[in-house]
Amino acid sequence: MKIVKKVQAGTLQSSDLMVFLAPAEALCVTIESTVQKQFGELIRAKVDEVLAQHGIEAGEVRITDRGALDYAIEARLETAIRRGTEV
Amino acid sequence: MALNSLGREIPDSYAGKKLVPYRDPYSVSPEGNVATRALRRVNPGTSKRLSSLGEAIVASGLRDGMTIATHHALRNGDFLLNAIVAELAQLGLKGIWIASSSVHPVHAEIIPHIKSGVIAGFQCGVNGLIGEMASRGELSCPIVVRSHGGRARAIMEGSVKIDVAFIAAPCCDEYGNMNGYFGPSACGSLGYAQTDALFASCVVAVTDNLVPFPVVPISIPQTLVDYVVTVERLGDPAKIVSTTTRITTDPVGLQIATYASQVIEVSGLLKDGFSFQTGSGGISLAVADKVRGAMGRGGIKGSFGCGGITGYFVEMLEEGLFASLMDVQCFDQEAVRSIGRNLAHQEIGADFYANPFNGGAVVNRLDCVILGATEVDTSFNVNVNTESNGYLLHNTGGHSDTAAGAKLSIIVAPSIRGRLPIVKDRVTTVTTPGETIGVVVTERGIAVNGKHAELKEELVRRKLPVKEIGELQREICKITGTPRPLEFEDEVVAVVEYRDGSIIDAVRRVKG
Repeated sequence: MKIVKKVQAGTLQSSDLMVFLAPAEALCVTIESTVQKQFGELIRAKVDEVLAQHGIEAGEVRITDRGALDYAIEARLETAIRRGTEV
Repeated sequence: MALNSLGREIPDSYAGKKLVPYRDPYSVSPEGNVATRALRRVNPGTSKRLSSLGEAIVASGLRDGMTIATHHALRNGDFLLNAIVAELAQLGLKGIWIASSSVHPVHAEIIPHIKSGVIAGFQCGVNGLIGEMASRGELSCPIVVRSHGGRARAIMEGSVKIDVAFIAAPCCDEYGNMNGYFGPSACGSLGYAQTDALFASCVVAVTDNLVPFPVVPISIPQTLVDYVVTVERLGDPAKIVSTTTRITTDPVGLQIATYASQVIEVSGLLKDGFSFQTGSGGISLAVADKVRGAMGRGGIKGSFGCGGITGYFVEMLEEGLFASLMDVQCFDQEAVRSIGRNLAHQEIGADFYANPFNGGAVVNRLDCVILGATEVDTSFNVNVNTESNGYLLHNTGGHSDTAAGAKLSIIVAPSIRGRLPIVKDRVTTVTTPGETIGVVVTERGIAVNGKHAELKEELVRRKLPVKEIGELQREICKITGTPRPLEFEDEVVAVVEYRDGSIIDAVRRVKG
């Protein structure tokens, strides 16, 4: 599946995250986080897992994380994917 | 390099001084006498008035390499320290040390003067950007973090010698009598400045509110003051009270407060004569509110409320729940108004409040103190100095003093903040040793230090969610994931002094 439009989901409050999606030729993920040093790898793994679950093959995925827990990452990303893949 | 008793690597010396590694909270004995300063004589007819800060700096005899101090009762609204440092630069002075009672984010303005060498370093902790930049290796200036009681101790024993104290005096007369109760920059208690006024070689009162002689009540008397300078404004009144002191509405915070107040009730301390301190954070105030309810219901008359005083404690005083307030610093405008009005709202100096090396500080008489934490470890050590990113961002305040003094010290903190678990194997920096911490209360459970075995049993009997601290940690990490430890360089950017002058930890430069 591809991201077909520019969308966003989430907030920039503490313990939340903002997900920005946009159409792109290839899949490109960038993550910025307040807890990059401590949890960067776990966040990346969770994002990759959710993208794979939804079969996302192309699109720009930009995440600004404020220390969200895994379930919040999952929920925000899924919401953004649903919005971004709706035709 | 030596390991202290908490396993922290302490350099042998720092900023030209040999360091003593921390061993335990109570056994260091003071040696020698209280520091002295020269006698002075001011004859009748002599004026103490000077027309500007620059003139006062010259008159004080301040030279390169000397030490100045200000107090932090104006908190993040303070204009004075920035103005003084700008004058120091103007006068071409170099290598000046700052030994203020605290430095706030507003003082980031002096950073260029650190870089240019006007300011050499800090004989005090720092809040905000200065510590962050030092942690990243972007500023080179030694920082010696001290608690409120530890600062008073260092000044009284002479290990920190203040050459010139500039005292922001919200209400002052031309002969130097002052208080902080009245005026456009009223801040209430001048507790931190009292020590400086007694021990600095030269004392300059700086005011934006010169009133006819004599000021009454007198917090700091004319006998200690050399010069009086008037300035346009001492600070921004809106920021003098930098935090709004309101009870939390966050359900997590309220749950923590409920547990904490239950711990206090179960502890058996809540009876006539009860003495109590909280900070100004939303959870602390929620605990105070619940304790207030319990005291009202039980008809309990407390002896004193202590610390940074908030409007909450003022109400409890005025309701008769406490006989008195012992106030080293006012946290909000309600407290400022009260100290000028209530006789039982007693102003106290930092020495009286928390110095371990005197005839007995007020903290020794505390039954219970509520404290915050950035991190706690499985040995109950607490960090409030560095954030979990490793940056030095906060001063110690009275944390380690009150924890050492009170019969029961309770840490209140959410179990998770922005994914970071509150309980760690090892805190980034030890501010307060675990030996002086009684209970850690989170919304997920209550961990009781082994030394309070009876309290623990009683809490279990009353079916409160008591957990071993390691168990609490595992439960939290199941939700957050296990954080990767931060990496540090060897370079020491600050040392954290325990209240007795031994070194409890060193803050190192953050890698990358």
